[in-house]
Amino acid sequence: MEPKKIQAPLTDEDVMNLKSGDNVLINGVIYTARDAAHKKLVELMDKGESLPIDLKGQFIFYVGPTPAKPGQAIGSAGPTTSGRMDAYTPQMLEQGMKACIGKGLRSQVVKDALKKHKGIYLAAVGGAGALLSKKIKKCEVVAYPELGAEAIHRLEVEDFPATVVNDAYGNDLYTEGAKEYAR
Amino acid sequence: MSTISDHVAEMCEEANIYLGEDVFGLLKEALETEESPTGKEVLKQLIENVEIARDEQIPICQDTGFAVFFVEWGQEVHLTGGSLEEAINAGVKRGYDEGYLRKSIVTDPLYDRKNTGDNTPAVIYTDLVPGDKVKISFAPKGGGSENMSAVKMLKPSDGEAGFIDFVVNHVKAAGPNPCPPIVVGVGIGGTFDKVAVQAKKALFRHVGKSHPDSRFAKLEKTIKDKINDLGVGPQGFGGRTFALAVHIEDYPSHIASMAAAVNINCHACRHLERII
Repeated sequence: MEPKKIQAPLTDEDVMNLKSGDNVLINGVIYTARDAAHKKLVELMDKGESLPIDLKGQFIFYVGPTPAKPGQAIGSAGPTTSGRMDAYTPQMLEQGMKACIGKGLRSQVVKDALKKHKGIYLAAVGGAGALLSKKIKKCEVVAYPELGAEAIHRLEVEDFPATVVNDAYGNDLYTEGAKEYAR
Repeated sequence: MSTISDHVAEMCEEANIYLGEDVFGLLKEALETEESPTGKEVLKQLIENVEIARDEQIPICQDTGFAVFFVEWGQEVHLTGGSLEEAINAGVKRGYDEGYLRKSIVTDPLYDRKNTGDNTPAVIYTDLVPGDKVKISFAPKGGGSENMSAVKMLKPSDGEAGFIDFVVNHVKAAGPNPCPPIVVGVGIGGTFDKVAVQAKKALFRHVGKSHPDSRFAKLEKTIKDKINDLGVGPQGFGGRTFALAVHIEDYPSHIASMAAAVNINCHACRHLERII
């Protein structure tokens, strides 16, 4: 099956057109955030303060890249384990985030929130950091530079490969995919 | 001391950029045997990733790990200029800095969690052995797969079946999190602490090489087949390649115990050895 090309940011309609198991190639601007940045963003939300980035329609990529060598846009940049962000994800979706990219299992609370807010969870190939770095054409820090690799980065991506795991209909590739090949 | 540091610095860079032929070979074999189209696509990306890392000197994975060392120190060798720990940490600091590797270690686990800035301290196990050589084995151990590890004090009456169940059920629960296809390091026997170290040591073995005792070699194969029959597949998207290899390291056991441990490594099972 040919991968679907999608353009970031996403609309509700874009999200509803994507199904668990779809392979996609993402183009456009996406943002990074992992443990420490999520904690800071959610603290601001709890206080009702404005966020350093507008999350409406956006992709958040869970990644802490290696330092870029001179001449590179970014170092090795594969996804980190998403489950650590579960506690923060429903609030991120409430603020308009449409898609998150990581690897590994999500909680039922997150799956329910994806349905409620029309969002999707995608997995990029964990451990393919060198390959994924080639799909990132530009990288700049837009918030929390003091967090180093954990700062929020704005990335311009071209044909960044990912697979839809949890769609907005409640389907889960991790459950369905294994059933087909179990013996 | 500077000799040790020089070797360690080189090993840190080399291990993070060049995947060993053992694992790379198994990934290529898996591409041939994998039945799931999505699984095949994942394996293709992983193989391409290894080639890009090698050709463009980019770390295979952004998680360049906790630096773990097993050192076999020949009793006739005398170290001058400082301690072994200092020598290794100096090498790690330099290797991670000059190699543009990610620094992933924080000062303490609970309170400050401030990055140490140089990926030290390393985790070091030292054995004194006869002879005049030093063997250093290094593996950068990623956090995602390390988090999917466990120790369980089984009862001797649990037997082989109970041991298999523990390992397979644990790996099943880990599912897609440790970045499959995985290498499963298993320890059995010894004490609570010893069995965990044995499971770690199992990940330093040439990937795919069987246990020298044919009974354990057979058990490794049985467990691997059961894990692959779960259907979890590459990255957990479904498929026939969940584990590339299962390695068991055993140790004598107390009459009352049967300690067991599982330490998982992702497909980037990076490890290097040097004899000085």
